[in-house]
Amino acid sequence: MVATGRRLLHHSLSAYAVLALGYLLAPIAIILLFSFNDPAGRFNFEWKSFTLDNWANAFEVSDLTDAFVTSLEVAVVATVISTILGTLMALALVRYEFRGRPPVNFFIFLPLATPEVVLGAALLSVFLSFSAATGFVTIVIAHVMFCVSFVVVTVRSRLIGFDRSLEEAAQDLGATGPQTFLRVTLPLIMPGVLAGGLLAFALSIDDYVITSFNSGSTVTYPLWIFGASQRGVPPQVNVLAAMIFLFTVAIMVFTVWQQRRAEKLAGALAE
Amino acid sequence: MRRLRDRRGLLPYALLAPGLLWLIIFFLIPLGYMLDVALQVGDLETGFERTFNLWVFPDSISQYSDQLLRSFLYAGIATVIALVVGFPLAYFIAFRGGRWRNALLLLVILPFFITYLVRTLSWQTILADDGLIVDSLKTVGILGDDGRLLATTSAVVAGITYNFLPFMVLPIYASLEQIDRRVLEAGSDLYGRRRDVVARVVVPMSMPGLVAGVLLTFIPAAGDFINAELLGTPRQFMIGNVIQSRFLEVSDYPTAAALSFILMAVILVMVAAYARMVGTEALTGVERQARH
Repeated sequence: MVATGRRLLHHSLSAYAVLALGYLLAPIAIILLFSFNDPAGRFNFEWKSFTLDNWANAFEVSDLTDAFVTSLEVAVVATVISTILGTLMALALVRYEFRGRPPVNFFIFLPLATPEVVLGAALLSVFLSFSAATGFVTIVIAHVMFCVSFVVVTVRSRLIGFDRSLEEAAQDLGATGPQTFLRVTLPLIMPGVLAGGLLAFALSIDDYVITSFNSGSTVTYPLWIFGASQRGVPPQVNVLAAMIFLFTVAIMVFTVWQQRRAEKLAGALAE
Repeated sequence: MRRLRDRRGLLPYALLAPGLLWLIIFFLIPLGYMLDVALQVGDLETGFERTFNLWVFPDSISQYSDQLLRSFLYAGIATVIALVVGFPLAYFIAFRGGRWRNALLLLVILPFFITYLVRTLSWQTILADDGLIVDSLKTVGILGDDGRLLATTSAVVAGITYNFLPFMVLPIYASLEQIDRRVLEAGSDLYGRRRDVVARVVVPMSMPGLVAGVLLTFIPAAGDFINAELLGTPRQFMIGNVIQSRFLEVSDYPTAAALSFILMAVILVMVAAYARMVGTEALTGVERQARH
């Protein structure tokens, strides 16, 4: 009895996990599927017939393509700035003992605990008070603001456990401070910095809420989609989403494969 | 890890300065400006005047009490569902995933690779009036002939749960993964039954992840307005919808700013109360574990 009950529990947990994963993945399947749909009206909600036209004319909706390019530009600038600022802060927080470290830690955590709508509204209050025109620059300012804390948290977690003796070895061999940083420290912390940068990029290109407050007449990819959701969503929206999706998955798989190969190689060398 | 006491003493501050300045200028000071905006009176045509009108807070609470309550109710329900769905999933990946663990984790974060808005729009397709789900529910008789899922409270809550579920799974997984297998074996030697091991060993030890997951789900859920906008009707609108439309559509800046403040204050109070309830140790535990 007990054994059967246990086996039942064992299998029901697996079934439950599969269902939960299905809940997470079903919308993705729908999005990919509907990128091949030939919709009847302005909305791409009902399956009519299979077509490759949407992929062939992926960039045909020029407003959408423009908005997508704007989003890429914003994301690149915001990623570069927030990754540099965040990495420097993470270095300071992990490696140095200084007065005021706990409150700084808390302060960096605060934006993460604030709803996006509040972050957007607060920033807009400043721009309103100064009658500053909102647009590309204010979007970048906002994106850097909400990405920095994420970068700090990501880079910090990778910095912990960093082997200090390698830097000491470099300095013993006569390297100057900047040389040590560029040739030893930076390459070693690079995986963490890249992870932080990727996260910032993903957050930036995906943001609708904060951007909607600070965009002025500039239209980003999420803003365009939101507008389209009221007047009609062309299947090209799905095609672009599918492109980003497949691109990111390819990068992930490639990185994992590279890592595996490196590990295998290291293992073979060790033997 | 041992930290350096920097000889010059200024280096850590120099490293922090650019990022801190950015956050002070574009995060902290704006909160002050938002308070200033909240206390003004006026409209776009005649201009706004500083009147230190503190009544704006009780006024906007009573005017939008429905949307405020709804925000926290929906966020609460979504958090509980995400916990019920997410914990077993995280448990499964951590203890049964084996060599597929990383692949399964990748599946959990896959939704992040698709724009939030597109993901939410796809729920419009899934829950559409003549879609597969509505049709099958009608056949089984759970849904009446003119019943629908889109534009209902269930759709909004399901959308919120869906969008924030990975934020629940990932931190829980992270703390489950750190549990030493030998501790589990000791647990089954002591208690025998798996249920007891889960209740007395696994759940307490995964507390930091649970706490982080609940906060990471609840906070964005309470401020969300995309799901209510795309999957609901004005009858499901949350406080985020009001803040956005007051600010961007009708230029009622004082009310919008006051509501943003109220939202933030309520969340901070709830987080503080929650921290007391589960013990601050659980809150800071995440940090402590990471430091090892």
